[in-house]
Amino acid sequence: MILRLAIASLFARALTVGMTILAIALSVALFLAVEKVRTGAKESFADTISGTDLIVGARSGSVQLLLYSVFRIGNATNNVSWESYQDIATRPDVEWIVPISLGDSHRQFRVMGTTRAFFDHYKYRQGRSLETADGVIMEDLFDTVIGADVAATLGYSVGDPIVVAHGLASFSEHKNQPFRISGILAKTGTPVDRTVIVSMEAIEAIHVDWRSGAQIPGQITPVDVIRQMELTPKAITAALVGVESPLQTFALQRAINEYRQEPLLAVLPGVALQELWGIVGVAETALLAVSAMVVVTALIGMMATIFSSLNERRREMAIFRAMGARPTTILGLLVLEAMLMAALGALLGLALLYAGLSVAQPMIDSAFGLWLPVTAPSLQELWVILAVVGAGAIVSMVPAVRAYRMSLADGMMVKT
Amino acid sequence: MLRHWACGACFDVTDAILHLVTVDFRWRGRSGFSVSVPDFAMNAGETVLLLGESGSGKSTLLSLICGTMLPDAGQVHIAGADLTTLSNGARDRFRAEQIGVIFQQFNLLPFGTVIDNILLPLRFAPERRKRAGDAKATAATLCTALGLPGEILGHRANTLSVGQQQRVAVARALIGQPPLIIADEPTSALDADSQAVFLDLLFQQTAANKASLLMVSHDPRLADRFDRVVRMEDIASVHRVAA
Repeated sequence: MILRLAIASLFARALTVGMTILAIALSVALFLAVEKVRTGAKESFADTISGTDLIVGARSGSVQLLLYSVFRIGNATNNVSWESYQDIATRPDVEWIVPISLGDSHRQFRVMGTTRAFFDHYKYRQGRSLETADGVIMEDLFDTVIGADVAATLGYSVGDPIVVAHGLASFSEHKNQPFRISGILAKTGTPVDRTVIVSMEAIEAIHVDWRSGAQIPGQITPVDVIRQMELTPKAITAALVGVESPLQTFALQRAINEYRQEPLLAVLPGVALQELWGIVGVAETALLAVSAMVVVTALIGMMATIFSSLNERRREMAIFRAMGARPTTILGLLVLEAMLMAALGALLGLALLYAGLSVAQPMIDSAFGLWLPVTAPSLQELWVILAVVGAGAIVSMVPAVRAYRMSLADGMMVKT
Repeated sequence: MLRHWACGACFDVTDAILHLVTVDFRWRGRSGFSVSVPDFAMNAGETVLLLGESGSGKSTLLSLICGTMLPDAGQVHIAGADLTTLSNGARDRFRAEQIGVIFQQFNLLPFGTVIDNILLPLRFAPERRKRAGDAKATAATLCTALGLPGEILGHRANTLSVGQQQRVAVARALIGQPPLIIADEPTSALDADSQAVFLDLLFQQTAANKASLLMVSHDPRLADRFDRVVRMEDIASVHRVAA
């Protein structure tokens, strides 16, 4: 009955109570959303590459290698020679190896040269393989497969011709060797979506007339001639490596890092991702702290609401006292009320989050490549709700203690 | 009807529902207001009208009787127990068990239904709840006896007229048959006709419950209905020390 009366009392003050609950709901929704985005970002971050045991590149920093080889951010300081690549590829503990050649671009998107093995071994989101949404994986020398974002942004479809530019943000184009789009990949939420993929040989082919990063004046080798040429690359940018047995990963890493003929670097993608996340993590923690402060602000708002209601509710408390309620019952009543408000606010916040998530999910996915799964509330989210209710109870103790004092002094007689 | 005047010696204490002995109370703080009641008693089943102007210490006296305030000296006996020997919690419980309170107005929790309001004291008084039997049925019977329509039980208290609210307050004071009913100017918010009807019902139901009634008022015209009339200044002395 006390609970029913507390609820009835809240209903009687529907407007202010509603506003308070709304403020709590919005703050909780914000907090949970930040948390969702944070874990979602972390997961899709970790999901960009899976199934690869080592990334090999020229010696630099592990984060830098990860950034340019997987995220297509920044540039390689040096290449890996084809001989070194062959040496690693022929080692018995290497199960598979995929070369990557970067450096050219198409519009704002990077061009990556690789082999067909890339489509077999590059895995994302716990072992998912790349799939074509349209067309096929390149068959001809001048075929290209483009990522979903490339196709969507530039409005390309299978069969369209594209011209690759030399370098990044460059005006010199490889316009004598146009490519044809043979396939468009399905959306992955990884940097592959923003990549134009060609074969290793094609990278060589478009650079036949180039020396030291510049076009040889007047020299235009016809495409027919290029097709007859030996197009073995002289160098690659990086390589993805899979080992025969996970136990050999560290031994192989060590061997590559100590490779005498050329300074190389091999990193474990997971470790490098952790390292990179550690750098990004500071901002993420700050964001979480700010949204936690918003929740605290909403709870303090609730405290203010309860405070301002105390005077007009003196009569109500006097009635309770006259009926035999102890001052502690009055205190308990106010704390119960606050907990009800906090709980309603938190649950409404959760509902808002899921409603918002189901509406915004496809938009977030296409805009940021961030897949936020709509799953049942996690244990952590339930803890957040419990914490909000608990914090509500603690915060409400301040006005509740005041009400306790007031009801002790007033007794059942209210002097107004 | 026999009329007794305030006189401690006239009463056998064991027969008294209420007995204040050498009670002294002083307000804490600056007001310097103090009330002392040397001797005031009420017999079981008696109806007493306590007349007093505002500022005569009536509210303080009622608070002392109900146990929401403790005297600095003296004893407050109600239904055989001395309130001053009870702990704070026990006094609150005692009030719930033994006393039905009716205020001047704003008796009810406005957001609660009529039935919730009537049953509220039982929530704090397990013994009284037992005495009430089937509480909802008892509440309905009381309402009928007080001339309230049956469907009113489910209505919210703030939808009722003032007269209806006061009757609901009577039902709440009487449920579970507490031996002492305290009414603090219960008719002052009612017009003359409603006053008469209200008092008829109050007396009728108090008598049916064999309860004692202590009613505080400033209106001497009500005197005829009571067993006894007591003036505040006759039983209590009030001192004001200029701050």
